[in-house]
Amino acid sequence: MTRIKYAAILTCALLLTARTAFAADARVTIDNFKFSPAQLVVDAGTRVIWTNQDDMPHTVVEATAAPTISSPALDTGDSFAHVFTKAGTYQYYCSVHPYMLGTVVVR
Amino acid sequence: MNEVFDASETSRNGGKSRREALECMVWAGAGVLWTVTGGVPHSRLIGAAEAATESDATFSFLQISDSHIGFNHPPNTDTPGTLQAAIALVNAQKSNAGLMIHTGDVSHLSKAKQFDTADQIIRGARLDTHYVPGEHDVLFDDGKAFFARFAPKAPRGWYSFDQAGVHFIALNNVQNFKAGGMGNLGADQLDWLAKDLEGRSASQPIVVFAHVPLWTVSEAWGWGTADAGQALTLLRRFGSVTVLNGHIHQIMQKVEGNCAFHTARSTAFPQPAPGTAASPGPMKNVPPGHLRAMLGITKVTRVRTATPLAIIDTTLAA
Repeated sequence: MTRIKYAAILTCALLLTARTAFAADARVTIDNFKFSPAQLVVDAGTRVIWTNQDDMPHTVVEATAAPTISSPALDTGDSFAHVFTKAGTYQYYCSVHPYMLGTVVVR
Repeated sequence: MNEVFDASETSRNGGKSRREALECMVWAGAGVLWTVTGGVPHSRLIGAAEAATESDATFSFLQISDSHIGFNHPPNTDTPGTLQAAIALVNAQKSNAGLMIHTGDVSHLSKAKQFDTADQIIRGARLDTHYVPGEHDVLFDDGKAFFARFAPKAPRGWYSFDQAGVHFIALNNVQNFKAGGMGNLGADQLDWLAKDLEGRSASQPIVVFAHVPLWTVSEAWGWGTADAGQALTLLRRFGSVTVLNGHIHQIMQKVEGNCAFHTARSTAFPQPAPGTAASPGPMKNVPPGHLRAMLGITKVTRVRTATPLAIIDTTLAA
């Protein structure tokens, strides 16, 4: 398996203590029903952390027939992390509000 | 809101046209009575007309929606409290109501405790209650917990039944959302609907209820159902079709042919009109004391005369 999945919801404290284990972190916030930044460009090996700052639950799900990136519902303040190990363009959406779209480009 | 007006409506309803009534809604807020005559709905402000309709009614039912138990942010940190207020209003207004429908988002996060709290409060209405899921009710495990509790005979969330001569159709348009899309019924459900309607008399009043509107209120906010057109085509031959939805936490109405669409208020929090805010999130800056005027219940009445269906919305502050 070339892609390592981290499908746990991590608290900010856990993220801080664990961050040295990864080459780099990049962050996406979910605010006002939008992923920000909507397009993120990262190097392979980067861990991307999404944090929901909305009052509404959101998810991060890869926009493919069989998504390998799929978060549980994130309540206010919840985070979800995924390490991108392989170059490519990954489109994702919120499965609760499917018009919310985002892209991660891995170099 | 794409209103489709029939020019012939202007002569009906004692000179009070539906267009005038809709204009009045701008300032009158909740008090609108819907009647459907020969499949053409029209509305008027409630008043003496309401009393007359009530006394003629042979059958009525109530709608509540979007109780969002578990939501705990401005403008409402007590969603069980506002649901209780809604049920108190139901009890005050139900008189001979035959049933109640809940058009989804019973819970905020699909948690067993949230379902349980809602269930306990809603049972206080002592009405046979029929549910459809909202997207907030099916966040985990394909919604199995919701269906087991609220629709045990319909594991995929769609079903139909007849009561007092009205054919009720419950639809599920909140699962298998596609990226970039809106609500979705899916081929299996549409096949089921075609079979359900097959051979049914076109003169039987139909009430369809589902969470996401079956007409496109706002594509940018996902407030519509991508394949609703196929369902509405199946319903086109019926003389009186009433479609009741939730999801958008505000009243919107539209008429298309013999089909009247109506969305109900939430019992939890209001959402902005399309295009008036950056996102469809809860309206947070509700003036103190005004929240309950933006929440409410819906009562639908079937009248014995040639006026089969009337819809009356009432706020919790009423």
